[in-house]
Amino acid sequence: MSQTTNEISNWEGGNRPYVASYGKLMMWFFLITDALTFSAFLSGYGFSRFKYGEVWPSAEDVFTHFPFLHGDHPLLFVALMTFILIMSSVTMVLAVNYGHKMQKKKVILWLSLTIVGGAMFLGSQAWEWGHFIHGDKAAIQTHTLEVFHIAKDNELSSVYELMGVDGHDGTHHHFNVQEVGEALHSNTEYGIRISDKTYLDHEAAVKYYDKNAQEVLIGANLHNNEYGQGLFADYFFFITGFHGFHVFSGVIILLIILINVIKGTYEKRGHYEMVEKVGLYWHFVDLVWVFVFTFFYLV
Amino acid sequence: MANNDEHKGNWWIWKVFWILLGVTSFEVALGIIQPEYLVGTQVLGTSLLNQIFIILTLVKAGYIVLVFMHLGFEKKSLKWTILLPALILIPYLLFIVLTEGDYASIMMQ
Repeated sequence: MSQTTNEISNWEGGNRPYVASYGKLMMWFFLITDALTFSAFLSGYGFSRFKYGEVWPSAEDVFTHFPFLHGDHPLLFVALMTFILIMSSVTMVLAVNYGHKMQKKKVILWLSLTIVGGAMFLGSQAWEWGHFIHGDKAAIQTHTLEVFHIAKDNELSSVYELMGVDGHDGTHHHFNVQEVGEALHSNTEYGIRISDKTYLDHEAAVKYYDKNAQEVLIGANLHNNEYGQGLFADYFFFITGFHGFHVFSGVIILLIILINVIKGTYEKRGHYEMVEKVGLYWHFVDLVWVFVFTFFYLV
Repeated sequence: MANNDEHKGNWWIWKVFWILLGVTSFEVALGIIQPEYLVGTQVLGTSLLNQIFIILTLVKAGYIVLVFMHLGFEKKSLKWTILLPALILIPYLLFIVLTEGDYASIMMQ
């Protein structure tokens, strides 16, 4: 290979028309297919969102919590997760960069920090999922599978508040339609917010409730979703889950590469291209998150 | 390949980091404030705010792919081999699927 001269044309074999190694090319081709897969998922999400319009839950009502803080803090926690992932992308480039300079100790340092960042992201995602599954305000489902929420003074309240219990005290709550209905009847300051996000005052709310209420929803899973349209939860679990699985595999691959770096495999090989290849994968995971962040949490 | 002169130090990595962090903070700030003018103005099927989010996202994606993934410094033919399928197929898919979603929404009413 090293004797390859310019006389050989790019198309006669034995040359590298792309000036990139086989491994790196294949990583890129894999990433293209993976990018198209994620675009298909996010387009599917977009389809449902356009289809359900006003009924689709808005992210500010869904992701409102931050560990150890009370009250509503929309977007803050995902912003933190985004920061963690960007940071781990930076440490990854640094590791690749020191790999080019054959500085083993610095590669080990920055690769380890990348793994720590990946693990922190996975932990945050577990917390986020936990909160999403546990639910926040609880809601009531109608016969036509629409979801409405308890409101107070034209602002979202919660079933817990109406029933006078703490929704986050760590115990499991169960309410049936009758008891929530009775509470709504007797507390005149409460109204409801129906699925298209318009508020009904007490009188209209009671009427709507008695006519339509079928089930009290607590939390979100693949069957029910207290935040609104059921598909929202399905997409959330599927897309963030698929992304989280990529992060998880990334952490495992990074660990394997780190062990090889420590053992001196790449030092012996004469180049750290393996770190570069896993780096490509790691940045791709960050890239996907940038889009997930926008379409699930911002838009 | 990777040993261009411009990559001697680490400053270019941190530059991109600050850009990504700045853009993300700006997005989060807009997302929390929800400026009425941007939410109320409709452009191409969604609010102006959403369009701004999408443009900023593409800016971030550009920095990640071109600098962090080093694609901006690869050979031109490799660059386009990787970018073209995505740049053609994804907008195409989005156009079809979102148009259809809009139609499905009209059909439901």
